[in-house]
Amino acid sequence: MNAIILSALWGVVMMLGGVFFKKSTTPKYWAIAGIIIILAGNLLEFFGHPFFNVDTKGMLRFDSFGLIFNSIAFISTLLFFLLNGRDFEKIGIHVSEYFSLIFFVLCGVSILSSFNTLLMLFLGIEILSIPLYILTGSEKRNLKGNEASLKYFLMGAFSTGLMLMGIALIYGGNSLGSFYIDAINLGSGHLSVLIGVGLVLILVAMAFKVSAAPFHFWAPDVYDGAPAVVTSFMMTIAKVAAFVAFFRLFSTSFGSMHYQWQTLIVIITAATLLIGNITAVFQISVKRMLAYSSISHAGFMMFTLFALNTTAKEGLLFYAAAYSIATIGIFAVIIKMSDYSIEGFNGLGKRQPLLALTSTIFLLSLTGIPLTAGFMAKFYVLMAAVKDGHQLWLVIFAVICAAISAIYYFRVIQAIYFKDPVPGVNENIAVSQGFEWILVITAGLIILLGILPGLVIDWLYY
Amino acid sequence: MLGTYFTFPELLIWIPFITGIIAFFIRNGNSVKTFAIISSIATLAVSVISLFYTDVAHHPEFFYYNNVSYVWMPYIGSSFSVGMDGMGFLLTFLTALAFPLIFIVTNKSEYKNINSFVGLLLLAQAGMMGVFVATDALLFYFFWELALIPVYFLCSRWGGEKRIQSTFKFFVYTFLGSLLMLIGIIYVYMHTPSVSPDSDHSFYINAFYNAILSPRQQEWVFWLFFIAFAIKIPIFPFHTWQPDVYEQSNYPSVMVMSSVMVKMGLFGLIRWLLPIFPAAVAKYDHFIIILCIIGLLYASCIALYQNDLKRFVAWSSIAHLALIGAAIFSTNRLGLQGVMLEMLNHGINILALWIIVDIINKKTGVRKISELGGLAIKSPALAIFFVIIAFANIALPLSNSFVSEFLMLNGIFDFNKWYAAFACLGVVLSAVYILNMIQKTFFGKSNELAEKAQKMSTSQFIVLSVIVGAILFLGIYPDPVIHLTESTVSGLLARIPLK
Repeated sequence: MNAIILSALWGVVMMLGGVFFKKSTTPKYWAIAGIIIILAGNLLEFFGHPFFNVDTKGMLRFDSFGLIFNSIAFISTLLFFLLNGRDFEKIGIHVSEYFSLIFFVLCGVSILSSFNTLLMLFLGIEILSIPLYILTGSEKRNLKGNEASLKYFLMGAFSTGLMLMGIALIYGGNSLGSFYIDAINLGSGHLSVLIGVGLVLILVAMAFKVSAAPFHFWAPDVYDGAPAVVTSFMMTIAKVAAFVAFFRLFSTSFGSMHYQWQTLIVIITAATLLIGNITAVFQISVKRMLAYSSISHAGFMMFTLFALNTTAKEGLLFYAAAYSIATIGIFAVIIKMSDYSIEGFNGLGKRQPLLALTSTIFLLSLTGIPLTAGFMAKFYVLMAAVKDGHQLWLVIFAVICAAISAIYYFRVIQAIYFKDPVPGVNENIAVSQGFEWILVITAGLIILLGILPGLVIDWLYY
Repeated sequence: MLGTYFTFPELLIWIPFITGIIAFFIRNGNSVKTFAIISSIATLAVSVISLFYTDVAHHPEFFYYNNVSYVWMPYIGSSFSVGMDGMGFLLTFLTALAFPLIFIVTNKSEYKNINSFVGLLLLAQAGMMGVFVATDALLFYFFWELALIPVYFLCSRWGGEKRIQSTFKFFVYTFLGSLLMLIGIIYVYMHTPSVSPDSDHSFYINAFYNAILSPRQQEWVFWLFFIAFAIKIPIFPFHTWQPDVYEQSNYPSVMVMSSVMVKMGLFGLIRWLLPIFPAAVAKYDHFIIILCIIGLLYASCIALYQNDLKRFVAWSSIAHLALIGAAIFSTNRLGLQGVMLEMLNHGINILALWIIVDIINKKTGVRKISELGGLAIKSPALAIFFVIIAFANIALPLSNSFVSEFLMLNGIFDFNKWYAAFACLGVVLSAVYILNMIQKTFFGKSNELAEKAQKMSTSQFIVLSVIVGAILFLGIYPDPVIHLTESTVSGLLARIPLK
């Protein structure tokens, strides 16, 4: 509860603060202060000190899984603010409002990690999405951004419609006539027609939110069209929050009928992995390449829905952390550049050794090389799938896709270290000392989690 | 007392690892070279001392000595456990021996950013040491990949024009193989019996050996492991990356790869494949030996027509490794004992070949066999060394390979006489291509390129003398090595029929 209320309040504070903040750098510090307060509030709740006692009639349930995920999301956001807080100034003059929208997204994130009824799920999804529609189009004079925003909004509204339809069918279909997700749990009987159709509709809507194929078409355009700062946030925290909601709903409500709908997940996973990885290989812009690679990471996270066991739960949390931190890290470097193409990275090793080294660590992590968090994340989700024991070909297919992913991530590494700098491209990447330090800490975090994954997972059993 | 506070396997990993990281920060080119030599000699010293503590007679078990385990990820039953058996001692010794020789012999070569170069080489050494001593499957996988990453950077950054593409092909190949193996590891892990109260399963090697896998399960998981190892060795038809990478890379990296890194694949077969999937091995052994023999003959024939010295050595290496692969899958005492010996011998011989090629290339500036000739007139010492090393590659008696190839062919003969006949044909072919190459480069008409050849440097002379000494010593008295690895072979053979 702390996180939901504090982030909503802070969103309002930031919005009103826009009137009073004189200097353009002030909102950044307020935002950092805010996220630290929210993080602290969330941690206090985790250790048993909730500030607010609101009777939600059981519509929200704060368990360790959700609270740990909140912490991961807030820590990622903190790193994001520290690294790229200043870059919001590039978008436009209403810096404070952009931050306030991000705090509203975080409010949605906190609802999605703790919802206990389908209504709350719907509210969470909407609170998460609407600020993102605005942020995508926040660069008003950028036509690509406006197009992306409209596209995102129209398709998002459509998927919301599907989700509402699904919720209605499930509400009508279960014998208790309940919105509570644990009450929907029907035991291991056969899916009735109403529940089945409702389940598929919700599945489609959620697959849309996490950009899983074949509902991914919006993702590359939106991620590419939005301002890079916003992309970094959307691609990480907003996306994994939708995954957490996806997992929470399907493991609680439909977990007992798991094998009746697993085939759907298998098809979605395979398609997501294939499309994400194959398309990413052909991209010239690193930003767009990362957009497709985020689809392929969605494919890996789909394995947690495929398996739905305890290892999957641990794996999802860990994947969320590893993927968010590494993507925020690599995006922090990209945002500082003026040219997003792969050639833009040429000779970075000579020009900016520190940025080069940290980017390499982030890319290695996204590839899934041992000693980085990305490896342990992939390891956990694959282990969850093998533990499930069904459809092992899918796991082998996934590792083939992971090998393909090495092609496009390593193309950037090759540009960084083995190619000579192109004159006139990204020649002056100005970064402050503080930025470098935070980047090193972020990279260190990646390696630390890669060696000791227990730092995240152990808290589940605290 | 060395080995009391830190066990030998730990020292062998951490010395190169820590010195490797330090090397990145040494700016001065000459001091970093000296630093690398000191570091690698320290590792070699530890490795030599460890050989005095093998104590084979009293502890015939697997991993009897210097076995240590730290809690790492208890919730999934993985620990940082390292230990050495006879084969571990042998291969860590080879790794420890190869690096100082490489550093000394290439001391005069100039590379850009020498500190990163040396640092990456030392990190690669740490990774390879880890592979040879890991007794936890997940840890083994960690080191398996960690050995690859520095080598990837080494070969991509320093070398010929097409180095980036060829190394990348190598990387994607091996990365795919490793990931398949990871699935295999997870699958076997899910079938290990419960050992500790913390977790249901364990990644510890003995748990893997006791994994309950039906023959049907073994038959497909076998391939996940096999492909990973076959790509690394490389076994036909997974060999296509190797000639390109060897041609394009810089000499020190090629020396490391061909002398030590390919042993990771062979080691993997013996340690992680044969004992875990005996039923599958019994089913597929003919098929794989045939693949190996095809590879042996095919590579030998191609070596005959190679004009580039580097590609020539690459193909001859593929041929030799194919023979080792065939001997491993013959799974009998003679063959495996030969394999143990040959792993050390091949490491030494191929290193020597690369050193000679490096010297020729540096002196004359060309690698084309057709352009060379009459080198023996100008540098007789080099010619003498080379002839001895070449004889070792052909496996003439008195050279080290004779003993090991004899044992391996014996093993294959016991398995199937026809396979042995074809394998012997490969040995004959090796004599043809090597003698052919000597004739064309060292003898025959001298040309102006040979005029450029001058005397060898002292460091090259010392290193080649050490190697020739080792070749002769192991050719005359291979007993210490056989004694050292006897228990490994017995342990392995005991495990195979038990399943």
